[in-house]
Amino acid sequence: MTKIQDAFKNEKAFIAFITAGDPDLATTEKLIAAMAQNGADLIEVGIPFSDPVAEGPVIQQASKRSLDNGTTTDGIFAMLKTVRQRVNTPIAFMTYANLLFAYGKEKFFARCNEVNVSAVIIPDIPYEEKDEFFEYANKEGVEVISLIAPTSAQRVGMIARKAQGFIYLVSSLGVTGVRSEITTNLDDIVKIIRENTNLPIGIGFGISTPDQAQKAAATADAAIVGSAIVKLVAKYGKNAPGPVGEYVRKMKKAVVKAAQ
Amino acid sequence: MGTKGRFGIHGGQYIPETLMNAVIELEETYKKYKNDPAFIEELDDLLKTYAGRPSLLYYAERMTKDLGGAQIYLKREDLNHTGSHKINNALGQILLAKKMGKKRVIAETGAGQHGVATATAAAFMGMECEIFMGKEDTDRQRLNVYRMKLLGAKVHAVTSGTQTLKDAVNETMREWTRRIDDTHYVLGSVMGPHPFPTIVRDFQSVISKEARQQILEAAGRLPDVVMACVGGGSNAMGMFYNFINDKSVRLIGCEAAGRGIETGKHAATLTTGTEGIFHGMKSYFCQDEYGQIAPVYSISAGLDYPGIGPEHAYLHDTGRAEYVAVTDDEAVEAFEYLSQVEGIIPAIESAHAVAHAIKLAPQLDKDKIVIVCLSGRGDKDVAAIARYRGIDIHD
Repeated sequence: MTKIQDAFKNEKAFIAFITAGDPDLATTEKLIAAMAQNGADLIEVGIPFSDPVAEGPVIQQASKRSLDNGTTTDGIFAMLKTVRQRVNTPIAFMTYANLLFAYGKEKFFARCNEVNVSAVIIPDIPYEEKDEFFEYANKEGVEVISLIAPTSAQRVGMIARKAQGFIYLVSSLGVTGVRSEITTNLDDIVKIIRENTNLPIGIGFGISTPDQAQKAAATADAAIVGSAIVKLVAKYGKNAPGPVGEYVRKMKKAVVKAAQ
Repeated sequence: MGTKGRFGIHGGQYIPETLMNAVIELEETYKKYKNDPAFIEELDDLLKTYAGRPSLLYYAERMTKDLGGAQIYLKREDLNHTGSHKINNALGQILLAKKMGKKRVIAETGAGQHGVATATAAAFMGMECEIFMGKEDTDRQRLNVYRMKLLGAKVHAVTSGTQTLKDAVNETMREWTRRIDDTHYVLGSVMGPHPFPTIVRDFQSVISKEARQQILEAAGRLPDVVMACVGGGSNAMGMFYNFINDKSVRLIGCEAAGRGIETGKHAATLTTGTEGIFHGMKSYFCQDEYGQIAPVYSISAGLDYPGIGPEHAYLHDTGRAEYVAVTDDEAVEAFEYLSQVEGIIPAIESAHAVAHAIKLAPQLDKDKIVIVCLSGRGDKDVAAIARYRGIDIHD
């Protein structure tokens, strides 16, 4: 099993998200390969949910397109099995608690292990509810990523101390989506996280430009980009692997600059 | 499962980290004030002088005679200010919001009754108010949309998903994550993450607190059956709560069977749903085998919800309460029946409970007592029922 920490071995990392099955699973397979080839250090694969409460309109619409095409959790596992024949880059799932719960926690994480998915990000599982999933995930060698938000305040240390894999630091209030400016002072939160854990930190929500990515990677260890990539997929459809690959290369370059 | 806010295995706090401190603040504020004599007095006074409580427990004599069975009493929540039970919770939560120093409230609404109650309480308390309502519901409840606007609220028509109540909840949660500092989310039912199911139940439990006392005075004994309609379940939880320990009292919740369970076009969560995690809680939901939430349907916008509050899920598991499903047709017939027999036009939501009473009462002896919670009045539904009967009325 690939360790999620492998994604951070090159100092600064670029983490790329796509919604599986948008526009179809065959394209998702090509997109994952294109992102890996162009320098993505970790690929987040979103399993679409009918009611994604943490997502902005871009990922909401991608989820809808995917589900309307009949994408299922089983279909995504099958697609990843094929992908794994040519892509070694660490992969994490991003999805909602109900999909794991409905699939069966044991079965879900066993299948993660089978297709070498190293971690899961579940935005509707806060620290208080984590035990319900951590145990089953860890048994299969899968790590559950904790999110820390600008509103976490006194909770930051507590969450960081029990975290696994990496810390997903949410850059700003609100849902996922491109923002022209990120105004939260993240330096203070990063400092508290560092005092409580040695795990790497990725900053996500709102990042779309190379400048924002470079800034995030300089503040933390990685920049996470979702909506900006999903927008390209929405625009180019089946022809998205080219433009997405190009975008990832540009963003990765910006992130590497942060290390210099 | 030892986490907070559990009813058996149900409940919990399944929400994004961004919202956690907000619900913790709410829980702490509620803990501080719920037994505070000054707070209780302030709320009781508002309920009395502003909302018009206590609401009547009305003996429906003509209906009782006509059905020829059990004696039927109606708990008249429809007589409250704003026309439904929703004001009980809206006033309570707005008071809490004030205590937390919030200046703005947001809320979801289905039929518009909770939106109207929240907009009313916000206007009264001088707070900013924004209501999220599914686009489909803004179309079928246009009158309530205009009422909310009259009361100074901004109404957002939600165009995502199925454009009904569940999507309104999604969008209100998203809005709350965008703006937390000065904003309280006045959740309208006994659902969502802890502490909402408990807070809303407590504020609604005034219904059964009064009804229990009123029936003891009127009949000299406890009722045999207490029933209410169930969407998320707030009027039912309020109607059940003070009778839960009275083991002789049957508790019956009436879900929306829409066009019929067999058609798949319904919102009967406990009849057909499975365990899941959604909208901050573990409970039962209408969903597919992969956990995708099902598009549900009911003629009643207020019952058109794919889940149910966690305490109901628990009462269902333990068998303490029974849940039955009532179709659109039965509800519309009950709507017309109560209008004609008692001169009371019920909300189409409440008509689901009336419909079950019409079925059940004749099967019971004449010395049995049934209380039906009439959660709201039906003015808002008149145009929709006319359309259902093929009469074109523009509201």
